[in-house]
Amino acid sequence: MSYNVNEKGYYGEFGGAYIPEMLYPNVEELRQNYLKIMAESSFKEEFDQLLKDYVGRPSPLYLAKRLSEKYNTNIYLKREDLNHTGAHKINNTIGQILVAKRLGKHRIIAETGAGQHGVATATVCALMGLECIVYMGEIDIARQAPNVARMKMLGAKVVPALSGSRTLKDATNEAIRDWINHPVDTHYIIGSAIGPHPYPDMVTRFQSVISEEIKWQLKEQLGRENPDYVVACIGGGSNAAGTYYHFLHEEAVQIIAVEAAGLGIDSGESAATSVLGKEGIIHGCKTLLMQTKDGQITEPYSISAGLDYPGVGPMHAHLSKTGRAEFMSITDADAMKAGLELCQLEGIIPAIETAHALAIFEYKKFKKDDLVVVSLSGRGDKDLNTYIDYFKL
Amino acid sequence: MNRIQQKLQENKKLLSIYFTAGYPNLNDTVSIIQNLEKSGVDMIEIGLPFSDPLADGPTIQASSTEALKNGMTTEILFNQLKDIRKTVDIPLIIMGYFNPMLQFGVEAFCKKCHELGIDGLIIPDLPVDVYKDDYQKTFEKYGLINVFLITPQTSNERIEFIDSISNGFIYMVSSSSVTGSQSGFGDNQNHYFERISNMDLKNPQIVGFGINNNATFNQATQYAKGAIIGSAFIKFLTNHSVGEINKFITSIR
Ligand SMILES: Cc1ncc(COP(=O)(O)O)c(C=O)c1O
Repeated sequence: MSYNVNEKGYYGEFGGAYIPEMLYPNVEELRQNYLKIMAESSFKEEFDQLLKDYVGRPSPLYLAKRLSEKYNTNIYLKREDLNHTGAHKINNTIGQILVAKRLGKHRIIAETGAGQHGVATATVCALMGLECIVYMGEIDIARQAPNVARMKMLGAKVVPALSGSRTLKDATNEAIRDWINHPVDTHYIIGSAIGPHPYPDMVTRFQSVISEEIKWQLKEQLGRENPDYVVACIGGGSNAAGTYYHFLHEEAVQIIAVEAAGLGIDSGESAATSVLGKEGIIHGCKTLLMQTKDGQITEPYSISAGLDYPGVGPMHAHLSKTGRAEFMSITDADAMKAGLELCQLEGIIPAIETAHALAIFEYKKFKKDDLVVVSLSGRGDKDLNTYIDYFKL
Repeated sequence: MNRIQQKLQENKKLLSIYFTAGYPNLNDTVSIIQNLEKSGVDMIEIGLPFSDPLADGPTIQASSTEALKNGMTTEILFNQLKDIRKTVDIPLIIMGYFNPMLQFGVEAFCKKCHELGIDGLIIPDLPVDVYKDDYQKTFEKYGLINVFLITPQTSNERIEFIDSISNGFIYMVSSSSVTGSQSGFGDNQNHYFERISNMDLKNPQIVGFGINNNATFNQATQYAKGAIIGSAFIKFLTNHSVGEINKFITSIR
């Protein structure tokens, strides 16, 4: 069984490029060039150098001793929260901005929910001196004010998405419409492992630096390359895809994917796509998504804006369908508790997205000698207001 | 011969109108269709509303949101159209995004269209190659014509490929944009219309996106077989009753 994309852009039955003809030239240009560009030695050099000197990679792989003690196992945290801009998102935006430059694009667009991807995009645009427009749902603009301010300081224009439910899904629609309206000079930096082929694969490759580092870091620290488990939270699935990538075909490594259950799977207020979703098409790819019986895409809910997406990347739909990954879902309440626990046991304030991945230890028992690597996808600074409101701090 | 193919043989420039089913009111569908035919429209595109219409501008987005709020579903639309062929003769096309069709079941959807007397489909997010590999046989089994889009960015090679698998008309998108975002056509459009016209394709072309009055209709049909109006008609329906549709159509040609 292969878990990589095939030449037509599918992971098993999921993926593809279900796009209007208006987008065909843009997506086709990218499809024909992305692997070629990524293989150029000048590209690799520039990418590696920026990841090292600008992003601060490699990110540490840290043995969380007190957390491990509490759950009676061995928990290593892959510290993507220590990256410049505070999350894994920048690995992808660095890669894509370098691709965009080589394609001769000078106008960059992006969608964002929590604002993390928007900030990471605005950052690389400032770095390269390119025009940056970020689409963000009107509702998210209101609830993520600090990130909106950061984007503006970085020189980006933040455009409110006023259609539909005015959150991430609609911001993505608006970005796609912008791309239809600007087919020649613009590159669309998608922020997760979603969208039409080749996006899920391209984003996954840029994020795969996470598992590449985990491998040599484990080797260096413990003399073994493979953990027993890799764990990551899933919104669209980019930090997860990067964390799993080099372990997908290592059968001894078990993969755990953590989705947001919101107020509970059966509450009607949830974002647990693998449980509540059905096969369909969202934002240009065939995957699992939450929808009505009639095929209308529904609004998910999660306390974390970064997991508040009604679909999941096609690679993850395939991992779910084939049983390669175990999918778990974690409620708002359990995630918040786990977030606070990490603060108090390890002195690390995690993003609420990440806190979902940390909450599985209450539900899944690991053996004493298991080696579990968790992707600490981002830091919690952006979530302080939510933490303050929730815990009445 | 399919009604679309027959209509395309008539010696005149065709006017096709798009509207979103379920807008302004859930049960306006049949009377909008009847009034359009009475006003002399040649062909109708019935929009099946979708929650996330990627290729559409604000006007059609808003009408889709409203139609869904009014309760429109695939099932309800098919019910409304159950007797449509008792009163309406012109070609009818359903235009919608692929996910609702996929959930209904593509074969079941095509079968139902055939039973109701629908002549064709326009599905902007069903790519040409996927159609060819997975669905062409089904469409043909039920006598449905699938209409593909081309844009000013579409390469000649791809236009020729699209022409080769089309058997009705080619939907020529007037500019690189979502629906409803043009005001008037310039030299770019004229060059593009002329370029396509000179390709001598086997399928006639009908221009859509940005046609909103007599001037743009005439300009588009100078080279093409016809033109499609969507957003401008929906805007009209927002401020006028269904009974006044004739006024809009006579202002176009
Ligand atoms: C810190 C953090 N983790 C995870 C996610 C979820 O995205 P993905 O599933 O693409 O990793 C986000 C998205 O905003 C995020 O900011």
